[in-house]
Amino acid sequence: MATDLSAEASAAAIKPVRQAPPSGSHGSSQVIRTGGAARIVIYLILALFCLYYLLPLYIMVVNSLKPLSEITAGGMMALPRDWTLSPWASAWSTAQIGVAATGLRPFFLNSILMVVPAVAISTVLGAMNGYVLTKWRFRGDTWVFGLLLFACFIPFQMVLIPMARMLGLVGLAGTVPGLIFVHLVYGIGFSTLYFRNYYQQFPTELVRAAQIDGAGFFTIFRRIMLPSSGPIAVVCVIWQFTNIWNDFLFGASFSDFDSQPMTVALNNLVQSSTGVKEYNVHFAGAIMAALPTLLVYIVAGRYFVRGLMAGSVKG
Amino acid sequence: MGFLDINRATKSYGAVKVLHETDISIDEGEFLVLVGPSGCGKSTLLNMIAGLEEITTGDIAIKGRSMNGVRPAERNIAMVFQSYALYPNMNVAQNIAFGLEMHGVPKPERDKAVAQVAELLQINHLLDRKPGQLSGGQRQRVAMGRALVRDPDVFLFDEPLSNLDAKLRVDMRTEIKKLHQKLRTTIVYVTHDQIEALTLSTRIAVMFGGHVQQLGTPKEIYDRPANMFVAGFMGSPSMNLFPATIAVENGRAVAKARKSGGEVTLPFAEGRGFEAQAGREIVLGLRPEAITDRDGADHRSRAVHVIEVPVEITEPAGSDTFVMAHLGGKEVTGRFRADVDVRPGQVFPFAINMEKAVAFDPRTEARIA
Repeated sequence: MATDLSAEASAAAIKPVRQAPPSGSHGSSQVIRTGGAARIVIYLILALFCLYYLLPLYIMVVNSLKPLSEITAGGMMALPRDWTLSPWASAWSTAQIGVAATGLRPFFLNSILMVVPAVAISTVLGAMNGYVLTKWRFRGDTWVFGLLLFACFIPFQMVLIPMARMLGLVGLAGTVPGLIFVHLVYGIGFSTLYFRNYYQQFPTELVRAAQIDGAGFFTIFRRIMLPSSGPIAVVCVIWQFTNIWNDFLFGASFSDFDSQPMTVALNNLVQSSTGVKEYNVHFAGAIMAALPTLLVYIVAGRYFVRGLMAGSVKG
Repeated sequence: MGFLDINRATKSYGAVKVLHETDISIDEGEFLVLVGPSGCGKSTLLNMIAGLEEITTGDIAIKGRSMNGVRPAERNIAMVFQSYALYPNMNVAQNIAFGLEMHGVPKPERDKAVAQVAELLQINHLLDRKPGQLSGGQRQRVAMGRALVRDPDVFLFDEPLSNLDAKLRVDMRTEIKKLHQKLRTTIVYVTHDQIEALTLSTRIAVMFGGHVQQLGTPKEIYDRPANMFVAGFMGSPSMNLFPATIAVENGRAVAKARKSGGEVTLPFAEGRGFEAQAGREIVLGLRPEAITDRDGADHRSRAVHVIEVPVEITEPAGSDTFVMAHLGGKEVTGRFRADVDVRPGQVFPFAINMEKAVAFDPRTEARIA
């Protein structure tokens, strides 16, 4: 007993001394030390994988910047001898899409018009659902949540025909708002799941404090919940944007020629059977279709910061 | 009728009754502490006063106005939460002003009120900070500021000190007491810490199992606990409870209790009315300070009785030495002066102040006298 106590006491006495030097020395003991040779092998393997993943992008970029003749002459891997932006210009504004030579521009616009409201509305509604399901619980709320989750698991193909009938009935068939509606219906399941799980960790006492302070349902949502939802909102936006932007099936099924999204137009560009296949234009168009999702990752990823909640409760 | 009236209020979740019929009435400016172990219903009762939980049956009224169906925001109450519940996205000034803003108070008035409260709580220099940048004690002050600024009829405190470390807790306790003396506001305060209850309150409701066991001033609760639960829960170390039998010797009522190798006879103070109950089994209750060394005994008491008992363990605590011995088959603790030379194994004279003795019925656990 006596020895125990003294050991404890001495440990307590040593502790502050150990912690005194900056954290670097403390952490370094946990890093696995490797020899020079092993390190080189590790870097080699990593470099190889980088190359492997970047190769397709390289091919797309270089071939979108060279004249068609250079591609058809072979040498997909080579850098352009004649650097040119004309494939990009063509893909954007003059290429033949289906029956009209409009380029991808109007369809890019369609996609933007579809994806922005769909992402915004599904995120806000998901946040609202999560808020209600965690902070204003009601009888049977777990059932409601379970049914909402179902939306995440139903295969897209299963709803095509009923959805087409629905859109026809409400007069949204073949329109951009119709596509927005379809993506909303599918998106809310996921966004609800995200926000519910996030708000589950959100201290309920904050909501109660706001209630006593006189804030109502929507004020609490707007002034207390939403400002603290940064990280999950970013996750939700990235997820929804990527999914909706890249969707092909709904776009192909529920749009008319003038409401087609980018993905469908890109397909029409590549598949168009008249004339020669302009591979350089196809590559340029494909990059264009991928750019917005890339941009969302780069921009939103920066705000993907955790710890916004620190300090609301005992820390 | 008082300032805050709880009339036969109950709370049930389905078939589970968490709060049985409760009647409490306090006057304006009183400091009511609801104290009890976890799950006794004290927080539920506080939330019912706040309007965060609905009342199943009965009624709660503030200033004579029934609060049934009145939303929390319209009850003119303010609450300090255990976790402080500061809004993480707002700075301290915004946190404090939020309630005023929600009640439509114009900005210049809000700023003035915030400045006043910040002055009172000495948090002026923190007004621009976010809650995440504050220490525990500072957050506690901000949480109180948020309640104070509203100038409510009733303040509700839900275990506000339990997240602080021991030293800070004592400081904040004093501060809350000072604040109450200065502002004379009506406070309902929930805690499981009996010392907080005794030091802060003007009245205490001791709760257990969804029942109010006793409602009274700290002195009543401490000196004349209504039953064995209250006796054991309030006070530290808790009250000594050991079985004894009432007898009458030379016309005077005494309590007889077993000790190792014999029996002790403890004459009751006169006029307690035990003479008529000779032969009755009781549980005798004595606070540790009523069991002490000969010189430490209360000189004004007319019923100090000295008995010789073997000492089991001594626990020097600096200001006092706690001495354990066996009486009536139970371990009892006496509070001796620190400089008394008493050792384990010794047979030592214990001075028992029988003026302070209370007796309980062993079956109902209620106090007899």
